[in-house]
Amino acid sequence: MTMFDNLTDKLDSVFKKLRGQGRLTEDNIKQSMREVRLVLLEADVNFRVVKNFVATVRERAVGQEVLKSLNPAQQVIKVVRDELGRLMGEGEDNSLDLAARPPVPIMLCGLQGAGKTTSCGKLALQLRRQKRNPLLVPADVYRPAAIEQLKTLGKQLNIPVFDSNPDVDPVKLCTDAREFAELNGYDTLILDTAGRLHVDQELMAELQRIKQALQPREILFVADAMTGQDAVNVAESFDQQLDVTGVILTKLDGDARGGAALSIRAVTGKPIKFVGLGEKLDALEVFHGDRMAQRILGMGDVLSLIEKA
Amino acid sequence: AKTQASLVGRIDALLRGCQGVDEELLEELEEILITADLGMKTTQQLIQSLEMRLDKGQLNDPDVLREALKGEIRDRLMQESAPLDPQRATPFVIMVVGVNGVGKTTTIGKLAHQYVQQGKKVLVGAGDTFRAAAAEQLEVWGQRAGVEVIRQAAGSDPAAVAFDAIKAAQARKADVLLLDTAGRLHTKVNLMEELKKIRRVLDREMPGAPHETLLVVDATTGQNALVQARLFQEAVSVSGLALTKLDGTARGGMLVAIGGELGLPIHYVGIGEGIEDLRPFDPDLFVEALFRQDG
Ligand SMILES: Nc1nc2c(ncn2[C@@H]2O[C@H](COP(=O)(O)OP(=O)(O)OP(=O)(O)O)[C@@H](O)[C@H]2O)c(=O)[nH]1
Ligand SMILES: Nc1nc2c(ncn2[C@@H]2O[C@H](COP(=O)(O)OP(=O)(O)OP(=O)(O)O)[C@@H](O)[C@H]2O)c(=O)[nH]1
Ligand SMILES: [Mg+2]
Ligand SMILES: [Mg+2]
Repeated sequence: MTMFDNLTDKLDSVFKKLRGQGRLTEDNIKQSMREVRLVLLEADVNFRVVKNFVATVRERAVGQEVLKSLNPAQQVIKVVRDELGRLMGEGEDNSLDLAARPPVPIMLCGLQGAGKTTSCGKLALQLRRQKRNPLLVPADVYRPAAIEQLKTLGKQLNIPVFDSNPDVDPVKLCTDAREFAELNGYDTLILDTAGRLHVDQELMAELQRIKQALQPREILFVADAMTGQDAVNVAESFDQQLDVTGVILTKLDGDARGGAALSIRAVTGKPIKFVGLGEKLDALEVFHGDRMAQRILGMGDVLSLIEKA
Repeated sequence: AKTQASLVGRIDALLRGCQGVDEELLEELEEILITADLGMKTTQQLIQSLEMRLDKGQLNDPDVLREALKGEIRDRLMQESAPLDPQRATPFVIMVVGVNGVGKTTTIGKLAHQYVQQGKKVLVGAGDTFRAAAAEQLEVWGQRAGVEVIRQAAGSDPAAVAFDAIKAAQARKADVLLLDTAGRLHTKVNLMEELKKIRRVLDREMPGAPHETLLVVDATTGQNALVQARLFQEAVSVSGLALTKLDGTARGGMLVAIGGELGLPIHYVGIGEGIEDLRPFDPDLFVEALFRQDG
């Protein structure tokens, strides 16, 4: 059973007694918002974010006329879906801003195991397809074999990886890499940084130093789509300390509903630029707010029917 | 973090602000449990049982309410949870599984170290032949722990590595064999089949192996953790859990749902990236931490 049946069924039963209703009222909205809240919480959307969202939707829905082609339940779903799409930045341009004097640095950061190193490889591949000439920079000197990992990816892609070893200071490494890129005609630097906790002051300060030294054009916060309620704390903290420019949401190839996307977007206001859809290096796509909204609501194609209504 | 108002703090604040325990308070409690990632279902179950006691007039004291809540949660974690004791077989084979990036390889490094400290002879099998430099990563952990790593070239069949590893463990009379596997999402049917094949190979070479199948779960994971546990359990009979990354601000509340619904014991918690950062799971400590005020 898909969640769509779930939410529609739930809302249908809420509105059963109200068939033929011409207008959505405070009363009949209330019950349906309870169901919407549940669906969002089950999708891991942060509870504070859910609260605000539900309040906005209620405000927008009350008093709306029910379109001829929809029943009240569908009408509510449409409002929910539209609002979610709006929050997810539907229709926004999420492309990277690389309009700067080369070499243009892009820095990836995030918690341990989120998918930074893999995403560096994926980004490098995309950029090369766009006729750029990227250099991968292994600035993770802590995780065992992190440099080796990036080198292996570089080899698979036939994209160069700046040579380094774990004894080098990451900030120095990045500035050296920039110099090397300048001399050798690389136009983009992709900085792979070590995974770290947002509350690890020492390691967060290190990221700030790299930022200071290189002034990355893009600072991308890499987040695991399976993250739960803590996503807001982590994203907010990374953003406060680094003023990130965007988000990469990884591991969306699984069955997690990915409510973290909404949470992160809501607390940082920063666009989600890419989604990771697998371990392979071509499994990176630009982010689509509308698809994400449907996924969070657990709705499939049926929605497009409503869309057309 | 300022946003992470913890259970105790918030419950205390709530209770200070109200005369008795009423419906409104229970609703607030519900929200508090959700933010700790206990999941909707578990949260609703907990609230319902509190409501029932409330009806019977048992919970008009804030302290009683808090202890009741802790007790309900602890009940769900009551499976026998002890560090894995490799006495049952020699070599004692522990296969480590889980989704991508949760901390499998790191946990193996830490475990190898613990067993070495206990004077055991340990061997590690590099069953992740897929992820870039996975074997190299494990080699570093092998060096740190002072144990040998059995590996093959990248891209080779993980079942063949498992075969090599168990053969080597038997030949060298190792006490413990730890087998790493590639991270995989529980939804990928062919990759789950691959895990089953590894198990078959182990069992063929040593009936009964693997003796433990340890599922590693990341504490920052939300509702998906329960699905992961369920599907890995179905596919490869997971026997227990390790919860990693508890050193962050996530509380790992999904463990309560996993314990309650699947009855799986939790053996270890990971609290850092260092070799010593693995602890036996302590349900009382875990529940206290769920309720802890952030410093
Ligand atoms: N299924 C899936 N797996 C992914 C995706 N992105 C990364 N991974 C996997 O997630 C795991 C962790 O990825 P890494 O790139 O090493 O993560 P990281 O953030 O660099 O990790 P640290 O450097 O240890 O902090 C690996 O097994 C990757 O193959 C994705 O989009 N989908
Ligand atoms: N803070 C913290 N980090 C951890 C913990 N356990 C593992 N990590 C980190 O999490 C990241 C991923 O760990 P791995 O051991 O490579 O995870 P894995 O499950 O083997 O990953 P794949 O093989 O790619 O699926 C690394 O950066 C580890 O250092 C922990 O308890 N706390
Ligand atoms: Mg990395
Ligand atoms: Mg691993």
